[in-house]
Amino acid sequence: MRISMEWLREWLPVPESAAELGHRLTMAGLELDAIEAAAPPFSGVRIGQVLSVAPHPDADRLRVCRVDAGQEDILDIVCGAPNVSEGMKAPVACVGAVLPGDFRVKRSRLRGVESLGMLCSAAELGLAESSEGLMALPEDAPVGEDLRVWMGLDDVILEVDLTPNRADCLGMLGVARETGTLLARTVTGPVIEPVSATIDAVVDVRVLDPEACPLYAARVIDGLDPTARTPLWIRERLRRAGLRPLHPVVDVTNYVMLELGQPMHAFAASVVGPVIEVRFGRPGDSLRLLNGNVIEPGADDLLIAGERGPLALAGIMGGEASAVTAETGRVVLESAHFSPRVLAGRARAHGLHTDASHRFERGVDPTLPIYALERATALILQIAGGQAGPVVHQGHVPAAHAEQTIVLRRERIPRVLGMAFAPAEVEQILSGLGCRVETTEKGWKIRPLRARFDLEREEDLIEELARIHGYDRLPQTLPRVSLPADSPSENGLRARKQALADQGFFEVVTFSFIGPDWAEAFYPAVQGLALSNPISSELAVMRPGLWPGLVRTAAHNLARQQPELRLFEHGLRFVPDVSGLLQEPRLAGLLCGRAEPEHWQAGRRVVDFFDAKGVVEGLCTGLAGELRFDPAPHPSLHDGQSARILLEGREIGWLGALHPRLGERFDVPELFLFELDAAVLAAASVPRFAPLSPYPAIRRDLALVVDREVPAGDLLAAVASLELPLLQEIRLFDVYQGKGLEENEKSIALGLILRAFDRTLEENDVNAVTRAVLECLESQLSARPRY
Amino acid sequence: MEQLQKLVSEAVAAIETADGLVTLDGLRVRYLGKKGALTTLLKELGRLPPEERPQAGQAVNEAKQRLSGLIEERQQALAAEDVARKLREGRVDVSLPGRRATSGALHPVTQTIERIREFFAGMGYQVAEGPEVEDDFHNFEALNIPEQHPARAMHDTFYFDAHRVLRTHTSPVQIRTMREQAPPLRIIAPGRVYRCDSDLTHSPMFHQVEGLYVDSDVSFADLRGVLSAFLQAFFDRDDLQTRFRPSYFPFTEPSAEVDIQCVQCGGKGCRVCKQTGWLEVMGCGMVHPNVFAHVGIDAERYTGFAFGLGVERMAMLRYGVNDLRLFFENDVRFLEQFARAG
Repeated sequence: MRISMEWLREWLPVPESAAELGHRLTMAGLELDAIEAAAPPFSGVRIGQVLSVAPHPDADRLRVCRVDAGQEDILDIVCGAPNVSEGMKAPVACVGAVLPGDFRVKRSRLRGVESLGMLCSAAELGLAESSEGLMALPEDAPVGEDLRVWMGLDDVILEVDLTPNRADCLGMLGVARETGTLLARTVTGPVIEPVSATIDAVVDVRVLDPEACPLYAARVIDGLDPTARTPLWIRERLRRAGLRPLHPVVDVTNYVMLELGQPMHAFAASVVGPVIEVRFGRPGDSLRLLNGNVIEPGADDLLIAGERGPLALAGIMGGEASAVTAETGRVVLESAHFSPRVLAGRARAHGLHTDASHRFERGVDPTLPIYALERATALILQIAGGQAGPVVHQGHVPAAHAEQTIVLRRERIPRVLGMAFAPAEVEQILSGLGCRVETTEKGWKIRPLRARFDLEREEDLIEELARIHGYDRLPQTLPRVSLPADSPSENGLRARKQALADQGFFEVVTFSFIGPDWAEAFYPAVQGLALSNPISSELAVMRPGLWPGLVRTAAHNLARQQPELRLFEHGLRFVPDVSGLLQEPRLAGLLCGRAEPEHWQAGRRVVDFFDAKGVVEGLCTGLAGELRFDPAPHPSLHDGQSARILLEGREIGWLGALHPRLGERFDVPELFLFELDAAVLAAASVPRFAPLSPYPAIRRDLALVVDREVPAGDLLAAVASLELPLLQEIRLFDVYQGKGLEENEKSIALGLILRAFDRTLEENDVNAVTRAVLECLESQLSARPRY
Repeated sequence: MEQLQKLVSEAVAAIETADGLVTLDGLRVRYLGKKGALTTLLKELGRLPPEERPQAGQAVNEAKQRLSGLIEERQQALAAEDVARKLREGRVDVSLPGRRATSGALHPVTQTIERIREFFAGMGYQVAEGPEVEDDFHNFEALNIPEQHPARAMHDTFYFDAHRVLRTHTSPVQIRTMREQAPPLRIIAPGRVYRCDSDLTHSPMFHQVEGLYVDSDVSFADLRGVLSAFLQAFFDRDDLQTRFRPSYFPFTEPSAEVDIQCVQCGGKGCRVCKQTGWLEVMGCGMVHPNVFAHVGIDAERYTGFAFGLGVERMAMLRYGVNDLRLFFENDVRFLEQFARAG
């Protein structure tokens, strides 16, 4: 809402400073967005009258005018405007004037003729985007007077952001009421008298759905002067509010909307016919709107219709056929109340958003229609002449105050606000807002103005008390500090994420929606959940996993000369399931580039599967249960470097090298990925103490030859399954293939760490364990010792 | 005696030329050991005539002492030389870079959430979470935003179908928590939220932290106290000015927006605060009775407050980040600026 200080000042005294008023409004919930000047700076521009117009001797398009600018001498001014004419009044920038853009007007020669100033267009004064000729001033404009002063162009506009609940301030009347309450001032205007009918012409109004349209008023005005022009003061107020002048009748309806907040509409009476119906859309209805769009109104669209079909989309936009034009001599003025509930969302449904729909959706004061109709009639008759018929209406004009009373309990105020209010202040604030206040034993009964749609219940009134009193003058209590610590489950995950960061991983945050091509490439078996209104095709499907985001991020960084990458992300994956949609927290990572950071002594090894696996093993430290890595294929991973991660036999994630096909397709080099169930990682197990043995450990190393296809994990599992009490730990420290072994063989070296809790071990203890291990591996995996 | 002299001069020469501690120790054994040459001579003294014995004995003992002294000296010299060599050979160029794993970092959004969480955890707030694909009821209806409410238009919602949306705020977690648990409640809910809007200052995905406190006697004064303390703690400034402005959210009444004194200019007015001296950082208010009605909490018995903040905005203000999009580009050169010691 753009608020003109000058306009406001007409109805109540307001502070000189726009910033101060803006601050008061902001602190009352009408947030100041900007303060703007009504006109850009210019000076030395007076009201002039063109006394004569003569052709320029040397230029066809230029004329030499004699202009009276109220100074001693009549000024000779060369002018190129097509509309310059004898007798017209227009702004004159005299020699020495400064126009917007710091343009200084000097005595000059135009094609040999001296010019003592410049006749100005509205655009040249910054009062219009573009102009086609001089800015014509009214006949009664006082010659010689400073234009800025006469037009009040030093006015200041407050641009205020209104929250949806404050539709009452979408008109100057509401703004004035609010300002009056804030400043404790009486609001005077506007004074509106009914205009008596001088002709009998009427339209027959039929509201078919009174709930959707509780009040519809209309009036015929006939005999309009087609040459009438909207007076400058109205055009100026429209301009300052951000509206363009169009036609005197339309300008008046817009002006009344700005003034009172009541949107109105004017129809060309010849198109309307004798009857106006307010009804919902029916099959077969079609309407070409003022903006040229043709719509087919549905059963949800409230229409204004004549006998020949729809005329307007009620409360949103008029139709093109019934629009008022320069030739229109007879109009039907409409002023109605439409239910916010019925209009809500309808404009949007047709891709529209108009000044009228913006107001009706939020709620317009239902007491206004007839009042606004009288106001508009008076203005139109004053500007364009003509004669008004009687006001016809269907529905009733409600009383100014809501019928429903709201009970406000004294004791409730401190409970909500933490502060008791003196009864006098409560009454002063609420009556200041226009409420009917009635005292009761426990508090008050309140009937707010109908214009205040947002005041429905006790809390709403308490908010008004707080708001007008000033939020910053309410008490502030010191926070109470108390008990329980954060849940340990959260801690588990936080620690693991921190551990990743400590190992050189950067946490990334990628969008939860990805391109369908990425989703399909990484997760061909999942039918990803698609947005019905994605912002772009690249952000259209909810990710079934976190790898696409990581790979994409890797590509982004690789393209920026960052070849060493360790990335991870924590977030949900979205997998549609028979039971609905699974939204599961995952922790995923990516590694590529050198295994060790570049250093003057470091090796040049590049990361491989086992770097990634080591990270996963580290992440899973402390989880209860047996962690296993099973070779298994995954569509995103290299067939030979892909493992399903199991904890106690339950799948908790995947690990492997990106499938070369995907690397090729998304233009990334070899890289390694893992993804884990973050819920599992969040569970932090409490360490259990185990006693320490005072006796020394003995290590015995065994090299075992097995078939190449036997996974090392099987050896370890087989030994572990023996559950030998002395065997504290097994270290797999070498894997060898090649010389000295058959093609299909490999050698795996195990270090057995033995220790007892009650004695120092002896040779025969060690031999017994070694024998048991060898026998087990020999029988289960055909292993043989290698010497 | 000649034998002794010859033995001594031979030993002295050997000691003086011994080039290592091992050699030297060999010499000690050879001459002074239990079976060493001088020890043997001493044992053989008995064969001498008794009158010669004392003199010869003295001579052998003197020789023994002399050699022992020489060995000791030589030993020290060699040890010193050994240390000197170790020092000489062990020199490193201390200016060469150290060896370590490069540090990574948690995302600045995570670090910011963590900072917020820590403050509220200290006041007994528990972390609550909820789904990101939400239903209409939790995201709107239960929050007093009925269908076609103008506030819905403010949300730029992503839809899947008639009932499912991407949550537009973390407020649905309030609803889930209140439906599942009875008051008193104290939660914060950090998480991703989504709006169908993307430009310089809007990202289709961003993060919020929601807070909720419901108890038998919670007032707007408590809300102001808690949030002022939080903002001062978050920005590390005891004297940070905050102000509460009336605003509108369908799910709170009274509602407020919270401004802080501009952290860039200290309130004097600058580009960051659009010359106002204030920065809007949070929305908050007292839980609306309609919301309590939707979750079955008796609004006569309980009152509560709720608040919400945009994590990226807080992070931008705290770290001086000037472009929202940087958070989601994940350029490592950006991320590494948030690394901590490690």
